[in-house]
Amino acid sequence: MLEVENLRSAYGRIEVLKGVSLEVHAGEVVALVGANGAGKTTLLRALSGVQPMTGGEIRFKGQRIDRLAPHQRVELGITQSPEGRQVFGPLTVEDNLRLGAYRRRDKEIEQDRDRVFAMFPILAEKRHLLAGGLSGGQQQMLAIGRALMGRPKLLLLDEPSLGLSPLLVDQILDAIVSLRKDGITVLLVEQNASAALAIADRGYVLETGKVAYSGTGSSLLADPQVKAAYLGIE
Amino acid sequence: MAEFLQFLISGLTVGAVYALVALGFTLIYNASGVVNFAQGEFVMLGGMVTVFASAAGVPLVLAAFIAVVVAVVIGLLLHRLAIEPARGASAVTLIIITIGASILFRGIAAIIFDKQFHKLPGFTGETPIDILGAAVQPQSFWVLGGAAVVVVALYVFLEHTLLGKAVLATAANRLAARLVGINTTTIMALAFGGSAAIGAIAGILVTPITLTSYDVGTLLALKGFAAAMLGGMGNPVGAVVGGLLLGLLEAFGAGYLSSTYKDAFAFLVILIVLFVAPQGLFGRRVVERV
Ligand SMILES: Nc1ncnc2c1ncn2[C@@H]1O[C@H](COP(=O)(O)OP(=O)(O)O)[C@@H](O)[C@H]1O
Ligand SMILES: [Mg+2]
Repeated sequence: MLEVENLRSAYGRIEVLKGVSLEVHAGEVVALVGANGAGKTTLLRALSGVQPMTGGEIRFKGQRIDRLAPHQRVELGITQSPEGRQVFGPLTVEDNLRLGAYRRRDKEIEQDRDRVFAMFPILAEKRHLLAGGLSGGQQQMLAIGRALMGRPKLLLLDEPSLGLSPLLVDQILDAIVSLRKDGITVLLVEQNASAALAIADRGYVLETGKVAYSGTGSSLLADPQVKAAYLGIE
Repeated sequence: MAEFLQFLISGLTVGAVYALVALGFTLIYNASGVVNFAQGEFVMLGGMVTVFASAAGVPLVLAAFIAVVVAVVIGLLLHRLAIEPARGASAVTLIIITIGASILFRGIAAIIFDKQFHKLPGFTGETPIDILGAAVQPQSFWVLGGAAVVVVALYVFLEHTLLGKAVLATAANRLAARLVGINTTTIMALAFGGSAAIGAIAGILVTPITLTSYDVGTLLALKGFAAAMLGGMGNPVGAVVGGLLLGLLEAFGAGYLSSTYKDAFAFLVILIVLFVAPQGLFGRRVVERV
């Protein structure tokens, strides 16, 4: 479904992605883990078209998309819940969700919104409140819900568990697992590598702008080097 | 009492114009982070194009419409040719670009039109209306009413249409706006076009009272900027309140203190706001929690 080949990206003269290649197949949950500063966020932003590339290719369902504007990629079915949540603070929860469906012209937007509410009932309760006033965890749910409102075929999640309590982390991970059942393909970026790899079909470990390891979630979890470097277990 | 009322009404009238200019600043600032110092030239264009078109025999309403269209086209060109190519430049660079544009527009207006002052007839006559002893120009009501219509229309657009919410979303978080598929370039173009239209409408409404010429934009931009700062840059409600307050300040200051220093009040307001409360009366609309 998604093929990334030799992707390069830089901030000014500092190259952050040094030729990343990876694949995500339809129906998979793929985890992308790696230390802080490895380039995970930069990669997701490049996939959405909000971070310029200096080289490489991105193909989605066989079609080159690296020249497309961000809104065109949303139309193709690639949406993102960005790092740091980035909700529209001065707008209500409901408006945030409606804007997630900004590119859609179909009649099922309200139906999808109700599904997001069913997934995160607290959002339904706070639907008329400003997003900026929500707690961190609620904002995270809103960011995921907003990305779902775009009816993604491929959902990019950047550190959905960042700064959340363990209980909330579990709730979010459960939600991601349930998305797979709905047929949504997920590329999940996490620093919390063990949790991400545990729910993922496959995973990639990014190290200073390059893929260092890849394999099934369980094989990465078992790999001694990955363990030592990223999982904090001997 | 009559005197007080006189100052009040004339203060609100100029204040309404400042409020519209400040709204123009706000709209562009919100959508793009640019403080557009060519905002005053849109006001000038509104007045001047209407004057010259109606002098050429075009009926007033049509002339006014043409003026708005001309201003919108210029606003879109400003965005397309000067702001968009500089995307990613620093705020200071962008401000200097708009100051350059304002000088350019003034220069072209001096050549195409002339350097004289021009007047439009009051829309519904010029016989002052007596209100509790105060003599009020009928045009004052056009200015106040017109400004109110613009404010309400803008409010409805921003709060009750999806496109308007996309403008607010872009203002609140540009990255997130792009990620949900909002074409922020289109939103910026919309803001420049909308601001130009609002400025031009202000210019058309006020020209029967204050006259117009190729260079009225400079001072108006400064007043509008002061009003926007006073209300809190980026806050539409603040822009309106700031504009009205500045107008009242000028009118009462000129009336009870000295009319010589009328224009100094705007500078004074800018300085006081910068020193005392840089976020203005209403602060920024964003209530981001990080
Ligand atoms: N806006 C930016 N300007 C300059 N450098 C940046 C910027 N954003 C990130 N970086 C740098 O790029 C590298 C990768 O960052 P990022 O993609 O955020 O990593 P990760 O998400 O894996 O933590 C880091 O070294 C970071 O300092
Ligand atoms: Mg990151």
